[in-house]
Amino acid sequence: MELLEKLRILSDAAKYDAACTSSGVRRGFQPGKIGNTSSSLAGCCHSFSADGRCITLLKVLMTNCCVYDCKYCVNRRSNDTRRAAFTPRELADLTIGFYRRNYIEGLFLSSGVLRNPDYTTEQMVRCLRLLRHDYGFNGYIHAKAIPGTSPELVTQLGLLADRLSVNIELPSETGLQTLAPDKSRDAILRPMGQIRDEVTRNKAELVKYRHAPSFAPAGQSTQLIVGATGDSDRNILYLTQSLYRRYRLKRVFYSAYVPVVENTLLPSLDTKPPLLREHRLYQADWLLRFYGFQAEELLTEAQPDFNPRIDPKCNWAIQHLEEFPVEVMTADYERLLRVPGIGPLSARRIVSARRVSHLDFDSLKKLGVVLKRAQYFLTCCGQMRSGLRFSAATLVGQMERIERGELPAENTAVQLSLFDNAG
Amino acid sequence: MAWLDTIYEYDGSFDGFLCCVYESYINKEFPIAFCGDEECFSLYPVRCVITIPEHARRVLRSLVSISEPAVRLLRRAFLTCMEDRESHLYAFVRKLYAQGDSFLRDQSDPVYHPLAQAVRHLNGELEKLRGFVRFSDYNGVLGGEIAPKNRVLPLLRSHFCNRCANESFFLYDRTHRELLLYADGCSRILPVDQLQLDLPGQEEVHYRTLWKCFHETIAIRERTNPRCQNTFLPKRYRGTMTEFLPDVYETIPPEVPAGAPGSGAPGGIPAPGIPPGSGPSAPGSTP
Repeated sequence: MELLEKLRILSDAAKYDAACTSSGVRRGFQPGKIGNTSSSLAGCCHSFSADGRCITLLKVLMTNCCVYDCKYCVNRRSNDTRRAAFTPRELADLTIGFYRRNYIEGLFLSSGVLRNPDYTTEQMVRCLRLLRHDYGFNGYIHAKAIPGTSPELVTQLGLLADRLSVNIELPSETGLQTLAPDKSRDAILRPMGQIRDEVTRNKAELVKYRHAPSFAPAGQSTQLIVGATGDSDRNILYLTQSLYRRYRLKRVFYSAYVPVVENTLLPSLDTKPPLLREHRLYQADWLLRFYGFQAEELLTEAQPDFNPRIDPKCNWAIQHLEEFPVEVMTADYERLLRVPGIGPLSARRIVSARRVSHLDFDSLKKLGVVLKRAQYFLTCCGQMRSGLRFSAATLVGQMERIERGELPAENTAVQLSLFDNAG
Repeated sequence: MAWLDTIYEYDGSFDGFLCCVYESYINKEFPIAFCGDEECFSLYPVRCVITIPEHARRVLRSLVSISEPAVRLLRRAFLTCMEDRESHLYAFVRKLYAQGDSFLRDQSDPVYHPLAQAVRHLNGELEKLRGFVRFSDYNGVLGGEIAPKNRVLPLLRSHFCNRCANESFFLYDRTHRELLLYADGCSRILPVDQLQLDLPGQEEVHYRTLWKCFHETIAIRERTNPRCQNTFLPKRYRGTMTEFLPDVYETIPPEVPAGAPGSGAPGGIPAPGIPPGSGPSAPGSTP
């Protein structure tokens, strides 16, 4: 099979993986090697595909042959689709060729399970070893650890890659049992625990020995599918929070389920992917990681799903009006961060600027605060913004109106009801 | 006595600008406008400022003694495309001399804000171009073109010299007509009026096809979202990105030797878009 055809098949099979970041590791140029990892810690986007997602890494599968039969997956054994596999050298050449031309920041290597998890991981290790050692590739590599792989192979993989990830995909045990009968919760969590422990041990080693080989320096991430099972947003967010805390993940990615197969256990083929729900989850994820929120504050048992029409932060603010308005000149950083429309950057700018001048709403705008939301929750030197008319009862409607222009043109009510049917 | 309003003419370099600051304080003149090489007709008196490194160093030293971050900001802001750039920078320098650096804490300060905004724009463009630059392989030498609004080439220099340290490459800025050259650990930025690139060779075309194929396949059809794509990847960048060029640029009849005149296909990466000669040319840059 020609390389072009292989690339088409194997990138098509990999595209449902949301993770495509090159952040979290800074490794400069090394003589005799090719490339570096992005000089900024923030990562680097090289292009954007038609669906608006960033392309940073060459995201491909080693092979799309798979012995498993997970109901939601395009590559499942029972699906009638073209199969292909890269040889390690083909993939290494392709990566170098793309990297030199500044198309990509590195390689994202995943794979269907060929024969068994160990055999598949061996193939991946062989390819990465070729790339790292023979070609001297010094760029970013993200590799998938396949559930069920033996710990020794995961260790080898971690020594070659910058980031490892194990996809949880289905947020609950029941979902796993019905839709992915070949996988078990335990088999997924075991490598995650192992990676966490090895990363910790490696950090300690690097303090003692400067040249200790680094193990997955950019940590690990995972992905959850949204909308294939009946899990509520609350389930997903609580799981996310415990993953961040217990497994010290760098990122949790969410992937709106795109129906690719007809199955009675899954949403029907004409279901639109729940993009808005995915968006709300990402917003909440950010609130957990950068804004000091807890999952318990955002979703409760009484309200297990996000309001699709208002973003989670506004929603929280409206339900906690007793905490507002916040005085710009005196409120501490943590309180400023809780105001809708103020992010970490503008909060820092406010804290810095108010030491030398009195801030009014005009200067807040110049500092980068999104006033159309924030104005309802702020006072400057004790004054609300002039000409502002609202009450606790009208605020919800006003917030929805602000958001409406920014939402994708789709009927949000339909999307929710589809989700309810999905279970 | 009020300072005399004057128009300053200088060579367009950062050192030249520092010399303008020097002259203005020495002669007690207020530069109400700055102009470069082009002729300026005005009823105001014009002073032609000659760049003297010693004067520039003296101004720089005094600024550094007030605040180093301010000097870094000045250097960056000098590369931006903001309107009346020199006047904003001059106002900033004056405020720095008059009041010290405390106003740097407040980005909403009327003198600081225009600079902060322009530098934010520059940084955004810089960040994007780190990823959006497309190199083509010309017999082992990598080459690419960009068409940025701000003069980002001096800032892209360290990034690409680091990333492609083992290669030889060049990067051409169409807007400011500057060329960044790198080989064997040395890099130079030279003013170059026009650059005509060769047609890509067989292997190059092969890689472009592969990349284009990957770019198309990786998008999920059910999630198509052109608005989102346009936000992150504005159309003005696409003129130099291989995956967005029409197929015509990729197909060369194999019997026509690369670069032969009249081969029908336009040469190399250059895409329709900005014709050479738009925008001000870069002042003589020093390596």
